[in-house]
Amino acid sequence: MLDGLNSLGVNAIDLARAQFAFTMSFHIIFPAFSIGLASYLAVLEALWLWTGREVFLNLFNYWLKIFAIAFGMGVVSGVVMSYQFGTNWAVFSDKTGPVIGPLMAYEVLTAFFLEAGFLGVMLFGLKKVGPRLHFLATLMVAVGTLFSAFWILSANSWMQTPAGYEINAAGQFVAADWWKVIFNPSFPYRLVHMVLAAYLTTAFVVGAVGAFHLLRNSANEGARVMFSMAMWMATIVAPIQILAGDQHGLNTLEHQPTKIMAMEGHFDSHPDGAPLILFGLPDMKDAKTKYALEIPKLGSLILKHSPDAPMAGLDTVPRENWPPVPITFWSFRIMVGLGFLMMGLGLFSLWMRWRGKLYDSRLLHTFAMAMGPAGFIAVLAGWITTETGRQPFTVYGLLRTVDSVSPLAAPAVASSLIAFIIVYFLLFTAGVVYILRLMAAPPHHGEEGPRGDEPSHAAGITPAAGAQRRAAI
Amino acid sequence: MIGSLDIPLIWAFIIAFAVFVYVVMDGFDLGLGMLFPLFPKKADRDVMMNSVAPVWDGNETWLVLGGGGLFAAFPLAYAVLMPALYTPMIAMLVGLVFRGVAFEFRWRSQRERNRWDTAFFGGSLLAALAQGIALGAILQGIHIDGRAYAGGWWDWLTPFSILTGVALVAGYCLLGATWLVMKTTGDLRERAYHLSWWLLFAMLCAIAAVSLATPFLNAEYARRWFAWPNILLTAPVPVAVAAVTVLLLRSLANRQDHRPFFLALALFALSYAGLGISMYPYIVPRSITIWQAAAPLSSQTFMLVGVAILVPIILAYTAWAYWVFRGKVDPESGYH
Ligand code: HDD
Ligand code: HEM
Ligand code: HEM
Repeated sequence: MLDGLNSLGVNAIDLARAQFAFTMSFHIIFPAFSIGLASYLAVLEALWLWTGREVFLNLFNYWLKIFAIAFGMGVVSGVVMSYQFGTNWAVFSDKTGPVIGPLMAYEVLTAFFLEAGFLGVMLFGLKKVGPRLHFLATLMVAVGTLFSAFWILSANSWMQTPAGYEINAAGQFVAADWWKVIFNPSFPYRLVHMVLAAYLTTAFVVGAVGAFHLLRNSANEGARVMFSMAMWMATIVAPIQILAGDQHGLNTLEHQPTKIMAMEGHFDSHPDGAPLILFGLPDMKDAKTKYALEIPKLGSLILKHSPDAPMAGLDTVPRENWPPVPITFWSFRIMVGLGFLMMGLGLFSLWMRWRGKLYDSRLLHTFAMAMGPAGFIAVLAGWITTETGRQPFTVYGLLRTVDSVSPLAAPAVASSLIAFIIVYFLLFTAGVVYILRLMAAPPHHGEEGPRGDEPSHAAGITPAAGAQRRAAI
Repeated sequence: MIGSLDIPLIWAFIIAFAVFVYVVMDGFDLGLGMLFPLFPKKADRDVMMNSVAPVWDGNETWLVLGGGGLFAAFPLAYAVLMPALYTPMIAMLVGLVFRGVAFEFRWRSQRERNRWDTAFFGGSLLAALAQGIALGAILQGIHIDGRAYAGGWWDWLTPFSILTGVALVAGYCLLGATWLVMKTTGDLRERAYHLSWWLLFAMLCAIAAVSLATPFLNAEYARRWFAWPNILLTAPVPVAVAAVTVLLLRSLANRQDHRPFFLALALFALSYAGLGISMYPYIVPRSITIWQAAAPLSSQTFMLVGVAILVPIILAYTAWAYWVFRGKVDPESGYH
């Protein structure tokens, strides 16, 4: 069966791309959640240490169990990623290894070891090391996830907007200036946008779980606290994310104009002001966006801050350099649409809060529940925009995707792709089911940690500050 | 000053170090997974799992450093080896995925616990076997053309690579069993002692078989080991193996607690040194040397700074984590 693949016109490169996209998309779901959740856990523990209120410890333990599962899945899918470069993208690895390899090595050294080294203490060590050292461990894990985002996004951004490099006799990219490599033009924007995305993703999950339990019992203290915290995040961070995304877009226009043309569905140049196409069906064969619903001049206004500014279209780019326009166009719209919905929920919650109905509005809670997965979808849509918009290059403008692939036969890649699909669906479905089960139970008094080793003892561990405070009361 | 240092060679040692730390650290937890079927009682399995649960992620990170370091410091070697070892690598990754998720999943469902225990066992076995096979495939040589792998996708499969696969499985199991001796009490510990005898025997057979087979792979290996004056350097290796074996047998007979584990590690260290003797100065045996594969100096020095500062810190907090969870795992500690 597998040998028939070639005759079907399926080649190793498409399979390798599919495999990368598949494993990467699975991976990013977990980091997006665990980056945000690690910081949230650190905040919860800090609040517990500071105020001594038991509800924070309960919430900490409640989310810690979920974190343990999500983090585990992030780790195993990440280990797969680190070897995918070599197995499927050997030529790419040989050529770009000298530049992005060190960035990823720094990720291992500064982030992965930090997370892994303190994870054990964070998950199981509260009794053994006491609250203060334990808080330090939680903090280290949270910081580790942020370091991880820093380095991997630097590597990815370098592939989008390469800078600070030379090309040596063997055809490899070589760093000429590490500072310029690391802080390449799109990196600051991508880092801010992605970290905010992770925080939003987590906020919407926490908000949905809180809303779910408030709908059942609006007096549950844990549910109230988590819902309120999540809604503050949504209210404040969603608008910031929209601003960050806008700045990101301007940066992309400067460095990857073709990607913007694809995102906007602009096949034709507009010498005196481009419209903003809200919806439409980009057709690459006929080189036009059909059934376009557009607002005149708004495209130029957003991207160039002047309604009449000229904007070039894909007609100025040779066809062999076009990215897949429909995917880029649609995934971008999904992300942006969700961004505005998130802001909408944030504002709605603010209004309800002001009217004193934050914990009682069924409409608000239902809306928040529906928005639970919004972060994940927006993150995936965002990455698909970024990555497909970069095509047909792996290193933008310099190294083509077709020239990056390993010398492998299609059957080898096909069988491993099938293996990954089966294994991931099996295991990750189980993981998601376990996480949902944990979420279905309301947070309660005396919440247990990941191994249930905390319950009888946790009550006995009172942070010093809290104890003093209580004694003072 | 940098100019007088042989940076690629230093990097070869760093990668070798990372891989070695990986082998000994993940070795015992993979070994423990492979011993699962021999310990069917739930209580025993809980203790076994808990003896590594706080540290397994850190252990596996050394594998990421080994692979990531190879990518960064020797991109050519990475680009040649990974496609050549495609199937064993994918199998290893799939194995690691299975056993990694089992750590958390088995606690989350009473009904499906056995299923995750099986995943833990199967994943550990698959990963260990694949690593051993990959090692054998590297030793037997890789077909290259220019800067790329030029063989087929089954080249890695030979009797020799199967032999190294089985050998590594036996070695990891020994590490796992002696780890259990160190970390557990009572009946579980007794059985771990008993197993250690058998596993030591198996590992010695494996070492002997691999050592005998290697020189036949290629005349170069034979010359490396047996020609004068090299033999002055190589002869101590088998002698040391014999000495460590005697000590290990004695410590098992005397029912010592920590020593069997550390002596088993010494056996690994010696086998690893032997491997180094066979491979040097190649990174892809007999086709690409350390210096040919090296990334440009700008990349290697940039990372060397990070390694020099960060690895000692990493070792320190890793040691702290082991220290926090030191001593015997208490079956009554309430870890369900
Ligand atoms: C913006 C965030 C982000 C992005 C784009 C990526 N990762 Fe990731 N990765 C993380 C954020 C992260 C994390 C939050 O740090 C994880 C998730 C769970 C964890 O343990 O750490 C992680 C885990 C993780 C691990 C396991 C680390 C361990 O053993 O503890 C590896 C090897 C990778 N990743 C490798 C990659 C590769 C090769 C990527 C790109 C192709 C990649 N990640 C994209
Ligand atoms: C984390 C979220 C990410 C997601 C969801 C993602 C997704 C994708 C997708 C969908 C493609 C396929 C594009 C196409 O073929 O049309 C792709 C390509 C690629 N991405 Fe990413 N990516 C992510 C991050 C990264 C990072 C961080 C790196 C590198 C450090 C990276 C490296 C690559 C490479 C090498 C390709 C080329 C292979 C290909 O074209 O399929 N990606 N990615
Ligand atoms: C409505 C406001 C938003 C705008 C205008 C916006 C804009 C952008 C742009 C222009 C890119 C592509 C950058 C490039 O590759 O050149 C992008 C990527 C991305 N977006 Fe958004 N975005 C918005 C909302 C969101 C939201 C709400 C999320 C998630 C919660 C999100 C997550 C991402 C991610 C993960 C990427 C890929 C990584 C990156 O390139 O930064 N975005 N966004």
